[in-house]
Amino acid sequence: MGYPHKPHDKETVILSEYFGDAEARSYAGWVKRGGYKALKASLEMQPAEVIEIVKSSGLRGRGGAGFPTGVKWSFMPKEKSKPHYLCCNADEAEPGTFKDREIMRWTPHALIEGCAIAQYAIQAEITYIYIRGEFTEPLRIMQAALDDAYGNGVLGDDAMGSGRRLDMYIHRGAGAYICGEETALMNSIEGQRGNPRIRPPFPAASGVFGMPTTINNVETLAAVPHIINRGPEWYKGLSLNNEKSSGTKLFSVAGHIQRPGNYEVTMGFPLGELINDLCGGMRQGRTLKACIPGGSSVPILNREETESCLLDYEGCVEMGTMLGSGGVIVFDDSADMVYQTMRLARFYAHESCAQCTQCREGTGWTVRILERILAGQGEQKDLDLLLDLADQMTGKTICVLSDSCAAVVISTIKRFRNEFEAYIAGTREPAVVAVGVG
Amino acid sequence: MADQKLVTLSIEGVEVSVPKGTMILEAAKQAGVLIPHYCYHPGLPIAGVCRMCLIEIEGTPKLQIGCATEVAQGQVVKVFGDEALKARESVLEFLLIHHPLDCPICDQAGECELQNYVFQEGRSNTRYAEYAKRFSPVEDFGADVLYVPNRCILCTRCVRFMEHVADEPVLNVSERGDRAFIGIHPDATLDHEWAGNVVDLCPVGSLISKDFLHKARAWELDRTPSVCTGCSQGCNINLDTRSDIVVRIRPRPNPEVNRHFICDTGRMHYRWMNRGDRIEAPLILRGEELQATDWDHALSEVARLVSGSSGRAVVLISPNASNEAMFLAKRLVAQFTATLAFRVERVDGEIPLSGVPGLALRAERAANVAGATALGYRDDFAAAVRAIEGASLVIVVADDLEGVSREALQKAVNTVYLGTVLPDTARGATLVLPVANTAEEDGTLVNRDGRVQRYLQAKSAPGMARPAWWILGEVLKELGRGESLFSADEAFALMAEAEGQFRGLSYANLGMHGSTMSEARV
Amino acid sequence: MEQTTPYSQVFVGDNRKRLDEVLTRYPAKRAGLLAALWMVQEQHGWVSDEAMAETASVLGLTPSYIKGVVTFYTMYHQHPVGKTFVQVCTTTPCNICGAEEVVEAFLEHTGCDDLGATSPDGKFTVIEVECLGACGFATPVMMNEDVIENVTPEKVPDLVKQYS
Repeated sequence: MGYPHKPHDKETVILSEYFGDAEARSYAGWVKRGGYKALKASLEMQPAEVIEIVKSSGLRGRGGAGFPTGVKWSFMPKEKSKPHYLCCNADEAEPGTFKDREIMRWTPHALIEGCAIAQYAIQAEITYIYIRGEFTEPLRIMQAALDDAYGNGVLGDDAMGSGRRLDMYIHRGAGAYICGEETALMNSIEGQRGNPRIRPPFPAASGVFGMPTTINNVETLAAVPHIINRGPEWYKGLSLNNEKSSGTKLFSVAGHIQRPGNYEVTMGFPLGELINDLCGGMRQGRTLKACIPGGSSVPILNREETESCLLDYEGCVEMGTMLGSGGVIVFDDSADMVYQTMRLARFYAHESCAQCTQCREGTGWTVRILERILAGQGEQKDLDLLLDLADQMTGKTICVLSDSCAAVVISTIKRFRNEFEAYIAGTREPAVVAVGVG
Repeated sequence: MADQKLVTLSIEGVEVSVPKGTMILEAAKQAGVLIPHYCYHPGLPIAGVCRMCLIEIEGTPKLQIGCATEVAQGQVVKVFGDEALKARESVLEFLLIHHPLDCPICDQAGECELQNYVFQEGRSNTRYAEYAKRFSPVEDFGADVLYVPNRCILCTRCVRFMEHVADEPVLNVSERGDRAFIGIHPDATLDHEWAGNVVDLCPVGSLISKDFLHKARAWELDRTPSVCTGCSQGCNINLDTRSDIVVRIRPRPNPEVNRHFICDTGRMHYRWMNRGDRIEAPLILRGEELQATDWDHALSEVARLVSGSSGRAVVLISPNASNEAMFLAKRLVAQFTATLAFRVERVDGEIPLSGVPGLALRAERAANVAGATALGYRDDFAAAVRAIEGASLVIVVADDLEGVSREALQKAVNTVYLGTVLPDTARGATLVLPVANTAEEDGTLVNRDGRVQRYLQAKSAPGMARPAWWILGEVLKELGRGESLFSADEAFALMAEAEGQFRGLSYANLGMHGSTMSEARV
Repeated sequence: MEQTTPYSQVFVGDNRKRLDEVLTRYPAKRAGLLAALWMVQEQHGWVSDEAMAETASVLGLTPSYIKGVVTFYTMYHQHPVGKTFVQVCTTTPCNICGAEEVVEAFLEHTGCDDLGATSPDGKFTVIEVECLGACGFATPVMMNEDVIENVTPEKVPDLVKQYS
C-alpha cells in the first residue's frame, strides 16, 4: 500500500508518523514537526550519556541481527586517538523487506537526525550513509535533505553551533545484497569488492579505513531521536511480550496478502493478527500456508506456527525462527514451496561473494538439485543430500549468507516435505523453471 | 623474540609453546600436525576464505579456521575430530563439483594439494549429479603463466601475491558466486619480474608455467637444493631434474634471503646447465692441436708447469665459481706475484619484490662476487688481461674469455684453462681441463649480504669433467702442497682454516640456509 | 560488442571537479571508485575496458583491480545495453505475485529475444534482478533510474511505449 494512507488502529505510529507527508521531507517541515530537538539535546550532553540512554532503552539492531544498539556503540574507544566513523546501512536488500526505503523517502531528516546523534555519541566525525544503488528515489531525497541540513547549519564543522564537526555523506552502492553485511559494507565504502571480512578484528577496533567504526541500520537510527525526546523508559515500556524486546518495529508485509505494505507495531505483536487483521488476510478464496516473518534468511513457519508467533526477538526464536529484518512474506495455498525454495536458493547463489567454498559452490549446487527436482528428475536421496549440504553450509563461513540459504532449505523441507516428495514421486507436474543460475 | 610472551596449548594431544599472536595453523606445525589448507600461505596476508583449515577448539561451539585464529593459553585443539573431518571433507566435495578430472593431463599431478587432501580426507566419490562442469578456455596471462579457469579453486593466493607482495594488483577476482574466476584487464599482463611465483603458489594446476608445460611428471623429478647464479641475491632454489637433465627451477624457502620466492629471470636460468657442447676430456696442446688425454697425465702436466714457472701469474675466474675453487686457485699461485681478477655483468637498475625487504633481482648478474672479493679477487679484468703479457702462468677458471684474443692469451708462457665449454681463445691454451658446472657439483657461494650458502650436486657432469676444487686439489697434491680432497666439504674446511672471513664455518653448520661471514657486508 | 566510436574521456571538466569533490569525503582515493564508476556509466552507458583504464589512472589504481570491482557489482554494465534498461524483480515475494509473467510481457513487448539481449531497435534490454526492496509494491520494475511500482502484465505495453 502506498502512502499516504491512514494507519491501522492497531499500529503504534512512531517512525511512520509522517509517511506520506511530503512536507516532512524538507528541513523546515521537519523542524515544524519537532525535528532536530533531539539532536540539539544530545549535543548538550556528553557522548557517554547519549550511549547510556540508548542502552537503557533496549533498542536493538533492526537490520536483522538484533544486537543491542547502545552496547554496540559502547564498543567504540572512549579515548579517541584516531578518526571514528559511523556507517548507516541503507543497503536494504533482504527479500521481503522494504521499510528503510520508506523511512528515507518520507522522513529523510529523521534518518539524518538519528545518524547525527549516533555519530556524536560514538565521537565520529563522519557518517557514510550506504544506500543501495537501486534506491534512486531515496538517493535523490536523502541528498536533497542532506544539502538542506548542511544549509541550515545542522551538519558541518559546527553542527548546530555546538563546535562539533558532524559530516555526513551518501555512498551509493551498485547492486550487491552482500554489501548489507557490516564488514562487506565497509569494504564497499573503501572502493573494494563487497567481501565480508574475517573477524577479529571487529569494526569497533578496526573498521572502515582501519578506523573504529559502528554500523547501524536505517530503522535503528531513525528510532534514536524518539528515544532522546521521550526518554528510554518510554521506549522500554513499548513491549508486549518480552522485556528484552522493546520499542516498535516496521514490518514489511508482502506476498499473498490483501494489503501489502509497512505496518508499525509494538514489539511482541502477534504475527497472526498482523496478517489477518491489519493486512486484511488472504486473497479471495485462499488459505494461509506459510510465512517467513523476518526476511528470507530466517526459517519459514507453517500455518499453525504463523498464527501463534509473537513478533519480537524472543517470540520468533521460540517458534524456531528469527525476527530478522521483519520482512514478512506470506504464502497462501497457491504457492509452490519447492519452486520458491529454488528461487530463494537462486537468490543466494546470485549474491554469494565467492569467498567461502561452502557458499560459493553450495548455493549453486542447491539450486541445481532443486531445479532437477522441479523438472521431475528428483530422487528421495536428493532431499538427504540437500539437508546434508545445508548442514555443511551452516556455521562454517565468514558470513551468514551461506547459513541463510541453508535455513531456507532446512526449514522448507522440514515443514513442506510433502510438496518435495510430490515432485519426486511424479504426482505433481514438473514445473517450468525460468532461467538458470548466473 | 626473547621477551615475547609464550602461550602453551595442546594440539592433537601434543603440548606446544608459541609466541602470543601465533595462529593455530602455524603452532600446529610445531606439534607435527599439518592442518589442511589452501588459501593460507606464510608469505601472504591471511584471507580465511577456503575454509579448508576448519578445526575444533574445546569449549568453542563452532568450528574455527586455524589460519586466522590466535592461540590462547590452555587451548585444546582437535584437528582430526569427527566434526572437523566432516567439514573438511565437505569443503573438498564442494571444490570438486566443478573441478575437472584433469589429473591425467594436468602438470600439477603428483604435487597437487587438492589431490593430496582429497586422498587424505576427501570422499571417494562425488554426489554431484547435475549438469556438466565449466568449460572456460585456457587463458594466457602473459610471460610464463597460463591460467586454466576450470581448475581454479579461488583460493586467491595469486591475487594476494600480486597485490600485497609484488605491489602490482594485476590479477583480480572477477564476477561473483560460482561464476567467479581470476581475471586480468585486457591491457594488463603478468610481466612483473616476480610474477612467476603465482605458479608455485597455486595449490592446483590452475596457474601453470608455459616453460614447464607437459615437460615432466612431478613424480619423475629429483629435487636438489641449490642456489641461483643469476645475480648476487643468492636466492635459494631447488633444481628439479629428470634423467640427469635440469627441467625446472623452483624457489626453496629461506627466511633470511628470498623467503618463498624467486624472480622470473632466475626461474628460467637453467638451460645453460644442460648444454651439450661441453669439454668432455682433459686436453693438452701438442703442436697446434689440442688432444685428449687422461686426468693423471693432465694433472701431472699442470703440476709440472706450475713448479717450473716463477714470476708473475694471472688468475681469471668466473664470479659464479665456488668459494672452494676460488680459494684453491689462489693457493695454487701462492708463490707467484699474482693478479687475481674476475669480471661481472652489471645491468641498469634492480627489480625488487616490494613485499620482501632486501630482496631484488640485483644489478650484478653473478652469484659469488662477494666470495671472490673476500678471497682477494678484484673486479678489474682489463688490468688482469694486460698483465697476461709477460706472465709465466695464466689460469682461467670458467671465464669464457669473450673479448680476449688468442694472441693476447698466448703472450703468457703457459695457460691452463679450466672450463665447461671451449671458447675459441682457449684453443691456444697449454692445457684445457673440463669442469663441472654449478648443477654438477657441491660448493658454496657468498651472496651480496655476505651469506655463505651451500649448493648440492643435482646432476652428473658429462664425460670426464670434474669439479674445479677437485682438479686444483689434485694439482696441489702433485706439487706436494696438500692432500687429495675427497669432498667439497674438505675443500671448504681448508679454506675456513686459512681465510679469516670463513673461520668457524663448516658445511655442517651452514646447513641449507647458510650463515653470514664474520663481516656483515663485503 | 565493439566500441566503434573513439573513447571520450570522462574525468575532465565538470566531471573531474565532481570527482575531486567526492574524493574529499574519504581519506583514501580508492574509496571514490564506486562513485567514479557511476559517473562513467552516466556518460557512456556502460563501463568499457578503456573506461576502466582511465578511471585507474585518475585514482591511482590498476585497470585489473577496477575490473574486479566492476564485475562484482551487477549494476555496472560490462557491455552496451539498450536505451532503456529494464530490470524486473523476480525474487520470491514478487515471484509469488506474478513477477515472471511481467518478465514475459516485457520480453514480448520490447521485442527482445532473450533476457540480457538488446532489442533489434536498440531501445530495450530486459533482465531479471534480485530483490529491489519494494516487495510490498509487486512487481517493481526499474526502467533506467526510475522505479515503477505495482507493474502487472497488463501495464507493460503502455510502459514500453512510454519509454520507447
